[in-house]
Amino acid sequence: MSPRIISINFDKPDAHKLSVYEASGGYGSLQKLFTMPPDEVIEHVKNSGLRGRGGAGFSAGMKWSFVPKDTDKPKYLCVNADEGEPGTFKDRKILQLDPHMMIEGVIICCYAVGIHTAYVYVRGEYVKPARRLQAAIDEAYAKGYLGKNIQGTGFDLDVVIHMGAGAYICGEETGLIESLEGKKGQPRAKPPYPAVIGVFGCPTVVNNVETLSALPFIMNEGWQAYAKLGTEKSTGTMLFSISGSVERPGVYEGEFGVNLWDFIERSTGGVRGGRKLKAVIPGGSSSSILTADEARSTYLDYESIAAAGSMVGSGAIMVLSEEDCVVKALEVVARFYAHESCGQCPQCREGTYFISQIARRIENGEGSMEDIEKILDTCPLLMGVTVCVLADSIAMPAKSYIEKFREEFDQHVKEKHCPYRSAERKSAVL
Amino acid sequence: MKAAAQEKFAFNKENEEVFQETLKKYPTKMAVLLPALWLCQKQNGHLTDEILEYVAGRLDLSPVHVYSVVEFYTMYHRRPPGKYHLQLCRTLSCTLCGCEELREHLAKRLGIAPGEKTRDGLFSLEEVECLGSCGTAPVMRVNEVYCENLNLEKVDKIIEMCKADKPLEEEPMGAH
Ligand SMILES: Cc1cc2nc3c(=O)[nH]c(=O)nc-3n(C[C@H](O)[C@H](O)[C@H](O)COP(=O)(O)O)c2cc1C
Ligand code: SF4
Ligand code: FES
Repeated sequence: MSPRIISINFDKPDAHKLSVYEASGGYGSLQKLFTMPPDEVIEHVKNSGLRGRGGAGFSAGMKWSFVPKDTDKPKYLCVNADEGEPGTFKDRKILQLDPHMMIEGVIICCYAVGIHTAYVYVRGEYVKPARRLQAAIDEAYAKGYLGKNIQGTGFDLDVVIHMGAGAYICGEETGLIESLEGKKGQPRAKPPYPAVIGVFGCPTVVNNVETLSALPFIMNEGWQAYAKLGTEKSTGTMLFSISGSVERPGVYEGEFGVNLWDFIERSTGGVRGGRKLKAVIPGGSSSSILTADEARSTYLDYESIAAAGSMVGSGAIMVLSEEDCVVKALEVVARFYAHESCGQCPQCREGTYFISQIARRIENGEGSMEDIEKILDTCPLLMGVTVCVLADSIAMPAKSYIEKFREEFDQHVKEKHCPYRSAERKSAVL
Repeated sequence: MKAAAQEKFAFNKENEEVFQETLKKYPTKMAVLLPALWLCQKQNGHLTDEILEYVAGRLDLSPVHVYSVVEFYTMYHRRPPGKYHLQLCRTLSCTLCGCEELREHLAKRLGIAPGEKTRDGLFSLEEVECLGSCGTAPVMRVNEVYCENLNLEKVDKIIEMCKADKPLEEEPMGAH
């Protein structure tokens, strides 16, 4: 059994209520927090090795330390609750089942960095999780965990929920910032990084919901206890959202360093209906696909998955069985990125659409061998040349789907229809 | 004869209060744009040109800024959606779990394609990208309610519930 840190309260009844959270030691870390100088808290979190759970996996403590200390501008925290990466559904769990753990994390982060206003950017569809979170925030204010002069320490903090309105790109940190400012969520060129110039022109920390939720444990148990879990460079645990063709999809907390397929099988009961495993997408739809053999021989941590040519990303593991079509998967994933491109970079705007159109053609049995090459030729043109990495997020997977499952693509072309569907049926995708 | 006075859009009393409170939470007026649009949509169901001009006026923004922002996001309705707005997820996990079949079924049963509304105005259908509930795929949002672990029978039941104007409830969220 993996240790549970973030999901420890998920199966407790009414864990979203303050009284229940407090009864299990909730907000207990604050006493220690306020006796430590803020810089020490940053060091503490740095030492824990905690890395961002939003996708990029950057050291949380390091990111905080980039925020200038000698500024007279206000500083802000943006909590990234936009959760849009296909396959990811763990932040919704946290917001709905244990919102106080995140709020406690928000307090820790804000105290460490000297922030007095935190905006929680929640994707527009998450109406119920946002209500839960608002109720928890209200309770926290009433109990003096938020607001003015928290617990008599003189530290002030306001937390404001900001609802998105349906745009994946607002999960990208600078897209989020633009959106929060009341604009289209089009990412900004970096540098400057948000830590220096973020929202409203002020230094800003952007952290994912889950990243912040790990902080109470780190404060309570000490960074050593956290760093002891996982591997040297991938410390602690992570919430893995496992979906697709498995028996029991869901959010499972896992310690880094376990065997990838073992973990999936142990958690979910394996491939649905006793079918054979075909492939695993380990880190959201932006990540490259792994073959069954790769999934069985790879370990679940940032370095091992990177060595296997993919990424941990947001921890969204999607499983494909022998009956699932990789060409179809590419069609659906490419359509997603074409739909969600913000449109400001020509390579991304045109390239995502181009790939999605060709993938559709192949899936529909109307593609040629040349079409497969066209996708492969297009991918490098999208990599490393755009304002944000959304363009890379289709180029990398597309390349991997074709390279690792070439015979499926060829088969679609030769047989002029998708072999996973009866011949008379076209792809239902519009 | 008196000309029927065209009622101008303005926040009702309750929403005006929320609007005033919201203004205090941000250092700029522009930042209140998304929250203000949400308020308008809550009050009116969809966002007319008149409403966009109203919001621009209230926040000292150029109308063209407001128009371009509204167009960027998918959840603001420029035209009235059906009384029940069905948002069926079409992304990978839902596809692996059979959402295409549900889409075809819904379209046939309601007689509309995604993007359309039934004649009686009861249903509108939209295909959307990942709703963040892939563990309970396939998933559809009906207005604000997530309907999860769908199959054909469940979809039919949802349609019947809506037709009978019975409230839909979300399934309790499990620990996984
Ligand atoms: C296209 C795109 C979409 C993203 N979507 C999300 C998201 O929905 N949620 C999230 O937390 N991070 C998302 N990220 C990552 C953020 O840019 C950022 O790295 C993260 O919020 C930082 O928090 P962390 O360090 O705690 O992970 C996205 C990045 C990109 C490029
Ligand atoms: S890469 Fe795509 S999504 Fe990212 S900024 Fe450019 S156009 Fe927008
Ligand atoms: S793919 Fe449908 S909810 Fe995520």
